[in-house]
Amino acid sequence: MTQTADLIVIGGGIHGSSTALYAALRGMSVIVIEKDTVARHASGVNAGGVRRLGRHLAEVPLSQHSMEIWYGLQDMLGADCGFQIAPQIKVAETEEELDRHRERVQTLNRMGFYHETILDQAQVRHYLPAVADHVVGGLASLRDGFAQPFWTTTSIARKAAQEGVVFKEGERVLGLKRETDWTVTTDQGTYQATKVLNAAGAWAGALAGSLGEYAPVEAIAPMMIVTARLPKFCDAVVGATGRPLSFKQMPNGTVVIGGGRRGRADTATNKSEMLFPELRNTAATAMDIFPIMRGATIVRSWSGVEGRMPDDIPVLGASAKHEGLYHSFGFSAHGFQMGPGTGEMMAGLIATGATQFDLSAFAIDRFTAE
Amino acid sequence: MTQLSPMQPTKVDVAVIGAGPAGMAAAVTASKAGLSVALLDEGQSLGGQIYRNIEHGTPFRDGILGPDYVAGRSLAESLRASDVTYLPRTSVWNISTDNMLDLSRDGSSSQLIADKIIVATGAVERPSPMPGWTLAGVTTVGALQILLKASGVVQEDAVLVGSGPLMWLVAAQMISAGTPPKAIVETTPKGRMAQAMPHILKALKGHRYLTKGLSMMRQVRGAGVPIYNAATDIRINGHEIAESVTFVSKGKEHTIRSSHIALHQGVVPNQQVTRLLRCDHKWDASQHCFRPVLDGQGKTSVPDVYVAGDGAGIGGAKSAALMGRLVALAIAQEKGKAAPERVYRLQAALASDGAVRPFLEAMYAPAPQFVKPAKETIVCRCEEVTAGAIEDAVDLGAPGPNQVKSFLRSGMGPCQGRVCGLVVSSIIAERRKASMDETGYYRIRPPLKPIPLSELANFQPLEVAQK
Amino acid sequence: MAKRIENTGEPVQFTFDGQTVMAQPGDTVAAALTAAGIDILRSSVVSGSPRGVFCMMGTCFDCLVEVDGVPNRQACQIPVTEGLTVCSQQGAPDVLEASA
Repeated sequence: MTQTADLIVIGGGIHGSSTALYAALRGMSVIVIEKDTVARHASGVNAGGVRRLGRHLAEVPLSQHSMEIWYGLQDMLGADCGFQIAPQIKVAETEEELDRHRERVQTLNRMGFYHETILDQAQVRHYLPAVADHVVGGLASLRDGFAQPFWTTTSIARKAAQEGVVFKEGERVLGLKRETDWTVTTDQGTYQATKVLNAAGAWAGALAGSLGEYAPVEAIAPMMIVTARLPKFCDAVVGATGRPLSFKQMPNGTVVIGGGRRGRADTATNKSEMLFPELRNTAATAMDIFPIMRGATIVRSWSGVEGRMPDDIPVLGASAKHEGLYHSFGFSAHGFQMGPGTGEMMAGLIATGATQFDLSAFAIDRFTAE
Repeated sequence: MTQLSPMQPTKVDVAVIGAGPAGMAAAVTASKAGLSVALLDEGQSLGGQIYRNIEHGTPFRDGILGPDYVAGRSLAESLRASDVTYLPRTSVWNISTDNMLDLSRDGSSSQLIADKIIVATGAVERPSPMPGWTLAGVTTVGALQILLKASGVVQEDAVLVGSGPLMWLVAAQMISAGTPPKAIVETTPKGRMAQAMPHILKALKGHRYLTKGLSMMRQVRGAGVPIYNAATDIRINGHEIAESVTFVSKGKEHTIRSSHIALHQGVVPNQQVTRLLRCDHKWDASQHCFRPVLDGQGKTSVPDVYVAGDGAGIGGAKSAALMGRLVALAIAQEKGKAAPERVYRLQAALASDGAVRPFLEAMYAPAPQFVKPAKETIVCRCEEVTAGAIEDAVDLGAPGPNQVKSFLRSGMGPCQGRVCGLVVSSIIAERRKASMDETGYYRIRPPLKPIPLSELANFQPLEVAQK
Repeated sequence: MAKRIENTGEPVQFTFDGQTVMAQPGDTVAAALTAAGIDILRSSVVSGSPRGVFCMMGTCFDCLVEVDGVPNRQACQIPVTEGLTVCSQQGAPDVLEASA
């Protein structure tokens, strides 16, 4: 039997789930088809940074919009997402690095954004008492934050289900075609809708490709390591400027360290794998910037499969080829914070055909097959 | 005594993880077949847990521990006489899909690449969650035996709580050491003998084990140790340290004062390495545990990975050594080497040694109180997560152990789920009315053992070491 | 009480929280502390409740102690050597306050 809806969302990550939620709030009937379980990949396993700091300039307006939703997200969902407002700080280890940050702040100010500010040496020490002596300053966004990715994404999905969204977990899309409506065939059934959203993350490129749209999504496996609990020494989410690092002490005292380095990802088997030699420099950077980390012990690690675009910004908006098809994928390992705002924006675009955001930088036809 | 550490090779034909009976036997046989072998073990010396400290035994301790323990010495001697590179104090903390092993040894990490990997990491004790089991002074029964084997240390006021052959063996050994347990609180539910009887004819083929078991029980009774049968509603009382254990036996509540309570519910395969490697596992309804899916010669679903010994399913020390040899032969054949012994003889010996198992498994299956503990009982010791919290997470929609872990941090502490894993899966299965195979187990992620961040920073991977 | 049924060599001396403990050669830190009647090795990181040796075989990580300044070492896996400085680990009281 064929089930019908106004919108079929392919992919139960944070982007698929939040678009489904906002579409349902606009009165649309929605079915989400997820081949594994909600939040199984990058949406459930990431560092949990709710970060506006340092974003690609094209992403800034949407990230800003998302942040406003984040501040009220837990109330709206009626759930604990582990969200806390906290400073995000990129420390500068040299004067030259700090100069680059100053230029960025000027650029942002010209665009009308004032959330990023320069911290001098004393201010960095105020926010990061445990930081190493050689740190000269930093770039900060003081009202960013962090959250529990798995709690957040599953809470959004739960709220969406309460609003009538039907989640089909463990169901794999085999193909889709459009006559008057879209027909989506899965390994367990067929579905029809006038609109379809491709929010399939690392698997989205293949889906777009099957419809003749070229999107060079590379499957990557960002790696995270977690330490045993340490005494509380850091409230901010910290990054470095000249070398890759993302660093966060969780409320329970464990420290999550990641940044830049990648393991092995395999979209065919859904698996990713840690490559610890790649993390040598990350470990050294963490100890350089926070000397207290010399006594830390790694107890866990994880990597999730994520989709990355060649220019490190996502594909967002309507298909360049097919009516009723939309894309929201390729967040390139920094899509978590954008989840609520992008979902709200995409739902509006799908429901009304228009959005206030300039999506030209995110168009799918910016890529051409060689 | 401990030898100087040999040079660590960078590439071997076979890496054997674990130096218990299975690992020692596999290493020796593979080496005899002409393969280069590294035997990696976390312990200070050969023997694993069952033959712990086997090379340093004294006549006095040998007398207490008995001939089945002393029998392990010849295996250790044959290992020492072989060409195997034995690396003690070496923990394997990750294995990647290209057969690269990340090792930590004496505070620094390096790599070793192996054509074939034999996982011989043995068994762990099945958890016995009950109120008060996290108090200081509460140990496993296995812990008491390790203290005795490795250091000649006994607890004079120990109360043993649980069931199974190891508990009776340790009680008998304590009596031989002159410090009988203060009491035995037996948890085998009533009616188990009737359930086990259908297996008795087969078990009689392994009558040596039955005779040994009966004689241990006779020795314990003869020594006047109080034994309480079919105990339920067990809880350990105390503030900082255990002070007493309370339970119901034959309709009557008892409290025994002691600050050393030792728990035991049998042993189960240690799944950490085979789960890390994503080998297929299946629930064994007779042994009440997950086992890796193996072919007749110990080969897993993952290429180049084999399992020998209790990690493949509980069979005891003798079977473990037989299986170690069998697995090594399979690898030797695959690598085109002449087998130093006959496969069918080993298979026959394994069948005969395992004849007693179905009887023991039916007799000593874990009692319901340990499979589905009461709501307020802590299940995950590291993160102090209760059975009730796990049930609530299931009700909120967590379909399996990994989602429960994300919600509650159960299995995220330093033991990485080694202790709570089976109980968490069984609570979820029970709550969802799902099978254990549907429910599954924690995904195991590296590092298998915690490593200092500074050690990772100084990691010497192979491409660096070779430069 | 713990009792040692035989001594196998010259005693080895180390300290636990400043107190001198005598061990036998081949003892792990956990075995030597058990033999000395010391059952509490740390307080848990969640509730701060006392913990001691549980499995003795490297599985449970309940016997974590600080050895020569390095925290989170398994007492049951570390051999005693002369002069070793072992300290109990106190949960993480700062952390508990911060997350309360």
